[in-house]
Amino acid sequence: MAAVLEAVDNAPADGAAAPVQAFTVTLIVRRFDPEKDSEPYWQDFDVELFATDRVLDALHKIKWEQDGSLTFRRSCAHGICGSDAMRINGRNRLACKTLIKDLDITKPIYVEAIKGLPLEKDLIVDMEPFFASYREIQPFLVASGKPEKERIQSVAQRERFDDTTKCILCAACTSSCPVFWTDGQYFGPAAIVNAHRFIFDSRDEAAKVRLDILNDKEGVWRCRTTFNCTEACPRGIEVTKAIAEVKQAVLRGKPDVPKK
Amino acid sequence: MTATGIEAPRTPHVSHRRKRINLEKWGWIYMRLSGVLLVVLIFGHLFYNLIFPGNVSALDWAFVAGKLANPVWIVWDVLLLWLALIHGANGMRTLVNDYAHGRFRTVLLWSLGISTVVLLVLGTLVLTTFDPCLAPTENADLIAACTAQE
Repeated sequence: MAAVLEAVDNAPADGAAAPVQAFTVTLIVRRFDPEKDSEPYWQDFDVELFATDRVLDALHKIKWEQDGSLTFRRSCAHGICGSDAMRINGRNRLACKTLIKDLDITKPIYVEAIKGLPLEKDLIVDMEPFFASYREIQPFLVASGKPEKERIQSVAQRERFDDTTKCILCAACTSSCPVFWTDGQYFGPAAIVNAHRFIFDSRDEAAKVRLDILNDKEGVWRCRTTFNCTEACPRGIEVTKAIAEVKQAVLRGKPDVPKK
Repeated sequence: MTATGIEAPRTPHVSHRRKRINLEKWGWIYMRLSGVLLVVLIFGHLFYNLIFPGNVSALDWAFVAGKLANPVWIVWDVLLLWLALIHGANGMRTLVNDYAHGRFRTVLLWSLGISTVVLLVLGTLVLTTFDPCLAPTENADLIAACTAQE
């Protein structure tokens, strides 16, 4: 076993395989410690990275090797849990899905917390207002029939809301929305997307209730179709289209769900 | 043995948001409908005023007086005034709601509302009570018509 490991270690030195080229990348991270700082500030870090690394790896390297006080959320690190949404070079992305090779590393990479939610520390924001809006739209199946057998749904009916089932609640869309930045009362794209997921589900019976909730002063009508949310979504959900469909459903009084 | 003070398992969800009277849906519909109408009204207005007479300098007092002698154009212009002004004011209102807060918002919304009403009243008054003989003109037909009236 030791021999195998040694062989692998020696391989680049033998010239059998060229060593993977590493780059020194400068990250400028917006730091904030509520116990010490009155205002957030930007701090530079130089990190050795490979082109195949992600911004999350860079943050790990900083935390593990340079400054253990750097604070950020991450969980699965594979773009599913939605914990590490942050503003990278001015755009909301998941740090675990943003490859270094896709960024211009001749310039520093700016990393900061998502906007519009209360900043708690470094890259961590208080997600409670975001989840409060999410809970408000009743994000669960409401069906009156007894669950004795499957609730059968056709392919077309399932297809109708397929796009909005992909949401991982990372808040990249909501915190990229300029309306949400200036008005925290607005439901925000993520809540509307998750309402869409149930409003257009043929098995659900509470579409009217959700449409009534979203036909609010702070509901779908605040959307200015800026498309920031669609651009920010790391799952590729057509968020603005979903919001427009909910607007149409509010106007009709019922969602446009395939009969079969 | 009845439980008191414990919610039944199917108690409906109580919203924490205040339910207000809201005309946002109608505002949104108004913007779409007036927008479509305004495309026709504005381009009709521009074409008749600027392209139809042949050159831009033909647009003078007499031209407007001649136009407003026709009730169709009065209706056209009153529609244009009301639809465009309310469309613009509603757009400004959404901007104010997006970016102004507190007392500042209240002041802006009231001044916006008052100026819109004043402009609507003044504009409608001018269009419905327009008298072509109020200003000097070089147009021979108009002079003849006005002197005949006196």
